[in-house]
Amino acid sequence: MDFPVSAELARWLAIPMGLVFGLLLHRGGVADYNVIVNQFRLRDFTVLKVMFTAILVGGVGVLLLRMSGHAEYHIKPANMLGVVLGAGLFGIGMVLYGYCPGTGVAAMATGSLHALVGFLGMLAGGVAYALSFPWVESHIQSVGKLGKVRLPELTGVPDWGWFVILAGIAAVVFWFIETRGGRSAAGQEHSQ
Amino acid sequence: MKETNRAAGSRAGAAAAAPHGRWNAYWVGAGIGVLSWVAFAVVNQPLGISTALSAASGVCALPVMGVEGVAQNAYWAKTPFKWDGGMLFLVGTFLGSFLSAWTSRTWRWEIVPSTWAGRFGSSGGKRLAAAFIGGAIIMYGARLAGGCTSGHGISGSLQLALSSWTFFLTMFGSGVVTAWLLFRRHSRSGRQ
Repeated sequence: MDFPVSAELARWLAIPMGLVFGLLLHRGGVADYNVIVNQFRLRDFTVLKVMFTAILVGGVGVLLLRMSGHAEYHIKPANMLGVVLGAGLFGIGMVLYGYCPGTGVAAMATGSLHALVGFLGMLAGGVAYALSFPWVESHIQSVGKLGKVRLPELTGVPDWGWFVILAGIAAVVFWFIETRGGRSAAGQEHSQ
Repeated sequence: MKETNRAAGSRAGAAAAAPHGRWNAYWVGAGIGVLSWVAFAVVNQPLGISTALSAASGVCALPVMGVEGVAQNAYWAKTPFKWDGGMLFLVGTFLGSFLSAWTSRTWRWEIVPSTWAGRFGSSGGKRLAAAFIGGAIIMYGARLAGGCTSGHGISGSLQLALSSWTFFLTMFGSGVVTAWLLFRRHSRSGRQ
């Protein structure tokens, strides 16, 4: 597929795109330890609001781009054991660290020294993974290999159907958060 | 506001005031969604952070393992450190967040954030140790799962990938349980 820019230009475009990403993470409040940890304590729903809106807006746009031949998918393989174990560890790590890899980098840039120390921890975790990689490849990543599967193919529900379902869930959940359940959550956004 | 008084972090002063320049979470999410359109249609690489980070961890292993040792590692051979789009995106994210914090005058040193201080006290060493361990766990988990909150959580979920939705839901569940275990005892006094 032809893309509008050369590979070399695409590489340099990553910097302004990163700038926008970092700006959005910070202005959205998700480069703040309190916001992230209180999401997992179900007291501040900023993280889910950002992520779910990004998924819906991004997903519908990328679907249209793909249908019109302007984008291709990049699906990560579903090695189910690795994904489930990794995601389980990720959740534990995210609450302890108080950031995810992207928001940790963003928080470092705002003066968070514990984000910087956690960043060093992430590098150590990367080293640990690389060292254990051969064993993990043969013992974990080989279990439950379903390939680059997408929910539409798996379930028979078409792409647009999934987005309608997800938008419906988002509408109900966020309506609830913003009205009844969300009094504390909404207040929290400005009182941390 | 009880929490503000006991917060040991240097962010305590700001905790009482509304954060400057924070944007609506839904608009921020929509912005990341639009950024994803660009990522797919222009540079043909979904937004992601942890792949570049783990490649960077190879550089940290150089002093110990040597150039040969790192090059021979099966993982780093597959994803060697290079200034590719992913790495430059990481740099951009840092700079974007820095500029955002600078222009909104929210840049400040932080070692112990208020939510942590409310539960675990004002010890900086304790917080930094948790951040390091959490960082290591989150990165190991991200590599095991094949992505992080950006690559799986947003970019993969918006493509309706099975692996990414499995990651998203498992990570969130694990985080909620972890947060409950960590914060449950002082959950009352943790509130503002």
